Formats: sequence, structure tokens, C-alpha cells
Amino acid sequence: MAFESLTDKLQKVFKNLRSKGKLTEDDVKTALKEVKLALLEADVNFKVVKRFIKSVQERAIGADVMNGLNPGQMVIKIVNEEMTALMGSETTELKMEPGKATTVIMMCGLNGAGKTTTTAKIAGKLKLKGKKCLLVACDVYRPAAIKQLQINGEKQGVDVFSMGENQRPLDIAKASLQHAQKNGHNVVIFDTAGRQQIDEELMAELAEIKENITVHQTLLVVDACTGQAAVDVAQGFHDKVGIDGVILSKMDGDTRGGAALSIKEVTGKPILFVGMGEKLSDLEQFYPDRMASRILGMGDVLTLIEKASANIDEEKEKKMGEKLKKGKFDFEDYLESMEQMRNMGGLSSILSMMPGLGGSKMGDIASMVDEKQIARTEAIVLSMTVQERRNPDLLNPSRKHRIARGAGVDIAEVNRLVKQFDQARKMMKQMPGMLGGKKGKFKLPF
Amino acid sequence: MANFFSRLVQGLAKTRDNIVEGIDSIFNGYSEIDDDFYEDLEETLIMGDIGINTTSAIIEDLRKKVKEQHLKEPSKCKEFLIESMKEQMNAGDTAYEFEKRQSVVLVIGVNGVGKTTTVGKLAGKLKDDGRKVMLAAADTFRAAAGEQLTEWAHRAGVDIIGGAEGADPGAVIFDAVNAAKARNVDVLLCDTAGRLHNKKNLMEELRKINHIINREFPDAYRETLVVLDGATGQNALQQAREFSEVADVTGIVLTKLDGTAKGGIAVAIQSELKIPVKYIGVGESIDDLEKFDADEFIRALFDKGGAKPEEDAV
Repeated sequence: MAFESLTDKLQKVFKNLRSKGKLTEDDVKTALKEVKLALLEADVNFKVVKRFIKSVQERAIGADVMNGLNPGQMVIKIVNEEMTALMGSETTELKMEPGKATTVIMMCGLNGAGKTTTTAKIAGKLKLKGKKCLLVACDVYRPAAIKQLQINGEKQGVDVFSMGENQRPLDIAKASLQHAQKNGHNVVIFDTAGRQQIDEELMAELAEIKENITVHQTLLVVDACTGQAAVDVAQGFHDKVGIDGVILSKMDGDTRGGAALSIKEVTGKPILFVGMGEKLSDLEQFYPDRMASRILGMGDVLTLIEKASANIDEEKEKKMGEKLKKGKFDFEDYLESMEQMRNMGGLSSILSMMPGLGGSKMGDIASMVDEKQIARTEAIVLSMTVQERRNPDLLNPSRKHRIARGAGVDIAEVNRLVKQFDQARKMMKQMPGMLGGKKGKFKLPF
Repeated sequence: MANFFSRLVQGLAKTRDNIVEGIDSIFNGYSEIDDDFYEDLEETLIMGDIGINTTSAIIEDLRKKVKEQHLKEPSKCKEFLIESMKEQMNAGDTAYEFEKRQSVVLVIGVNGVGKTTTVGKLAGKLKDDGRKVMLAAADTFRAAAGEQLTEWAHRAGVDIIGGAEGADPGAVIFDAVNAAKARNVDVLLCDTAGRLHNKKNLMEELRKINHIINREFPDAYRETLVVLDGATGQNALQQAREFSEVADVTGIVLTKLDGTAKGGIAVAIQSELKIPVKYIGVGESIDDLEKFDADEFIRALFDKGGAKPEEDAV
């Protein structure tokens, strides 16, 4: 999880602060020195860190902090507020042209930042919103870049426009707009080649496209684990080409992602999305305020709540509770609950968003939750007929053999699952009143 | 060597501007060696992505030397700093042994660092040295990765063994290793899919690939290179560390040093993990891969170019 280690560090610092009644100037300075080191280690740009520390210090050593009831909390609050202010306080949507007008988007960034993959991810998102996208292969330099865009476009069910490797990107872009006009595309996304921001020739190529074509949104893709250079990169692209928004890729790594803090501050441009995985659906909205809370160890509770409310049907939830109480929980219900959990991003993803589970603890828990085992269990259940799922008593040895073959597991595993399931059901029946308080008492069969 | 040097200088020009101008201003801007001087130096090194731990170690070393030798002038400090950093960067004598032996080179790293490009460049280089080279396209995950490597194989004029998108990378490696043995290839270069080092399953896949090479070709000289993006910050250390867990990593390739990338992370990696940097990537064409030379690297970092007169070193 991004920022995890930073969370750990700040928590340690603030633990010491909490134990004291009042904050002295020395306390604040000591704490902020740790914050500074943690931020630097998190790859936040040095100049950004300096400004940040200064503004927090100015506020923290103020009278209202010293006279506050809980000085430790006050410092956390100030650090949180300043951090949020630094990252931009609001979620920003990708701006589209009104009505049926065509929106032109240009992707840019360093080599290997993830432009082509992100292009396809954005197209998928826009397609869900009812837009008709055209992806334009403007990377005429990297071998097989065009092919990569074509394959990704096909996977997303989005059209791709290319003219091979022997045309100028500007000409390809121009031609693609005509193509879009003719074929009714209302979003055109240029996937450009990766380039270093100090490569004047290649930077001029992007500027030339913008001079000749109305580009509504120029998006900079930055690798989340970029170091101090993140600021130079963002500044370089912003000065020479002009950017409207930023996408942080590879945020599913364990980088502390200090780049996120720096870029907004230096360019003044919002971070729109974060790339969270290799699947073409793994692109998420960037929430600056929640990210700040996560840095400070408050967990990403808001995200969890939102995910849960979007995915769990309250009615179903109620019914499930009733069934559990009556011990009528069957394999069909089991499948449904697994489905809901997956919609929320899987068990480990849910766990990682809980407060207090950040840092090293997360590793322990993640290793305890064997997602593979869950998948195997699901395979067994899926290999049952509907009748068998509704009435597990039907399961005789011959049926179990068939199920084991179908799921590709040993029959012992099927037996174990059925037995555990049976026990859980019996337990629930015996203790109808206990479910409210002591959920931990019974073991679900996974 | 001159060629290498000027290339490195070109590629690192920007890095030097960032690190060295800072360092030079420190060395020359202070009249005595005091805490402010050290603090300023510490900041400058951190700005170069060298990292807090390594920076602290370097500065501690410097403090000790200053005390032992009763140094009073900041400018004298420079020589000592260069020396101590060189010490940290020292690669072994057998670093490039695999180039001469019958070997299998496994190239690994996170997404988008330049693995495929590095394999392509390395193939061109070894081919030029008269070695019989074969490529294994074991990135069967990313769209068009195989095509990308095939183009490099074509440019370098070497054979390639591949698999369809979605094929088992272990099977591709198995085929490639056996083909390499059958055709008596000198160096088999294995490109793999980019994977974030915190993805357990993908890392296990890598462990399996590594195991297959060991099992199928026990006589081959093994080289495992982790490719790191030169612009990566402190996470590069973690990447190197995690990849070492699943394969016996013998070297680092530091790519994209032709941008504003700070070579600093190389210092941190070598001092903290003892994994030597063996190559650096300084551009997009096939000959833009150079052997890493700690001595030249540090000199290029501190000497304002060497090829140029030092008039601007105020």
C-alpha cells in the first residue's frame, strides 16, 4: 500500500507527542524533524518538504496549539490539513467537452511511465459513461507500441487509429480527428511516445501537436515511485507542453508515493487518477483528502465505506442476516457473499483500508488471508449443481467425486469444506442469539 | 574509454548540474567545516536521490576523515568525498564474466523500467563482440511485448524463442534453454514480464523461472540482472531487495540516465545491498548501453565533465 511506511513513521512520532500534556516549541521541532525525514524518505521533493515543514511549524508553535486541550491531536490536525492543502483539497474529474462535442485528450510522460496502458484504462472508464472513444497510436518510435495499443483497444472494445510508424505524430493526430468525425467518436485520445522532458526535439513534437490541434486535456502520466526528479519532470512537461492533469501509475506497488505530494504543489495541476494494477480496469479516482488521512494513520475508512455502500445491496444483506440466524445458510448464499466481497476489491484490499492495519501489520494479515484458497473453495462450490448448493445434504460420495473432478481438487478438500460448512450451520442454529455480539466465535468455511 | 567517458558525460550532464553544482557551491561557499556545512551537504545528497541512510553513512565517513586529518578547508573535503563514494561503488572483478562464458542471463524488474530495451541493447552489444546470442521472450503478459522484443532481435540480428500472449512464461524459458543448448548458443538473454515486487504470485512465478533455468542448464554461467529506472526514488532499494529474494541477483542495470534522472540511487543500492551496478542505459538506440564504471561515474559526477575545462566550477 502506498504511504504505508510514512504512516508508520508519523504514528511513531505522534505516539510520543500524545503522551505529553503540552507541546513546547522543542516538541514541535523534534516531531517535525521526524516528519521531514519521513517525507524525504518517501521521495517527496526536498523543496516541497521544506515549505511544508515550515508552514506546519508556523502554525503549530502558535498560541492556539499551546493552549489547546490535546496538543498532540492539534499537531496531527495541522499536519493533516497542510498535507491535504498540499495535495489539492478536492477530487477532480476528467473534464469533458459539453454535449456531443468531441473531447481531445493527449497523453504524455517519460518512457515506461505507463501511458499506453493508462490510455486503454481511461478509454474503458469513458466507455462505461457512454462515450465513443478513438485511441490514436502516436508512438512511432518504440518497437511494437502501436501493436500494444491495438491489442489493449481490442480488449476494451474501443477503436484504435494508426497509420504505421512512418508518419509524423502530428499528421497521425490530424488524420485521426477526421476519422473520428466520420465515425462518430466523441473522445479522441492520443497515445504519444515516452520522452525525457529535456529532449528538446521530442518535446517540440508535442508542442507542435498542441499548436495545430485543439487538445482539451493534456494528461501527464507519472510513475508513482519516481524520486526527486518527479518535480523536474512535471515542471518540464508543464512548461514546454502544458498539462491539465496528472495520472499516477503503479500505485499498487509499495512505494511511499511522495511524488503525489510534490507534483500538485509544483504544477498546480490536479491528480485525476491512480493506476492500481495491471488489469485494464485498475484505474481509480484520486482522493487527496483521504490520502492525507491515510498518511496520518487514520486508514482509508471513507473509501471502504463508499465501496461497501456501492456494492452491497442492503436488502440482500438483511436477508442474509436472517438466514444466518436461522442456520439456513446454504452454498448459494456463500457464493453471493463471496461475490459481494470481490466487488469490494477482495479481502486483502478491504483489510488494507481499515485504520490501524497499516504498515507492517498489513503484511502479516495479507499472508494469513489466502486468496487462492478462497478461489479454490469457490471452485468447489461452483462445481456443485444448484440443487446440491441449496441442499448440501444431497452430497453423497459419488457427487463429491464429481465435484472434486470438476473443481480440480482432491476429494479430501471437498469433504473438508462440506464438513466445515455443516459445523458452521449447526453452530449457528445452536446459538441463534450470539451472532450480534460474538461473530468471531464461528469459523466460516474458508 | 574516452568514448565511454564522453557518452557518460553527455548522459549525466543534467545529473551533474543538479548534484555537482550543489556540491560545488557547498565546497566553495563555506569558509569552514561546521554543522551548517554538513547540513547543506546532507540536503544536496538527498536531493540527488541518494537516500537518507547512505547520505548519513557518507557524511559520517567524511566527518571522521576530517577529524583524523585535521582538515580545515571545505574544498579539501571534496577529494575525500569522492574517495569514500568510490569505495561504496566498487564492483567485483568478475562482474562481466558472463559475457565470455556460456551463460544464461535473466533480466527482471518492475513494469516500465526498460527490461525489453535493455535485453535488445545487450543482444546487440554481445553480438558485436562475436558472441552467439539468443533471446527468450518470456513476457507473455503485456500486450505486444513479444513483438517488441522480436523487433530488437531483428535489429541485433539474433535468434529469438517466444510464446503466444498468455502462454506460460516458464514453458517459454524451458523451450529457450533447451534450444540454446541444442544450437550451442553462447549467451541466452531472457526477457521477463514487468512485475511489481510486492505481488506475491508474480514473484513466485519468477522464482519458478529461475528454478527452471538452474534445473535445465546447470552448467551454464548464471547472471541475473535487475533493471531499475534511474528516475526511481527510494523504492528502487526495495525493488532490488525483493527481487534478490526470489533470484540470486548478480547485478543492476540503471536505465534512462539520459534524462534528469539522479544517479544517486546507484550509490544507495551498492552501499546498502552490495549489488553492483553493471550497466547504464543512456538513450534509446541500440548502442546506448554502457558498462558501469564506478570510477568514471563518480568522476563525471564531481569533475564538471573532465572533458571540459573546469572554468565553470566556481
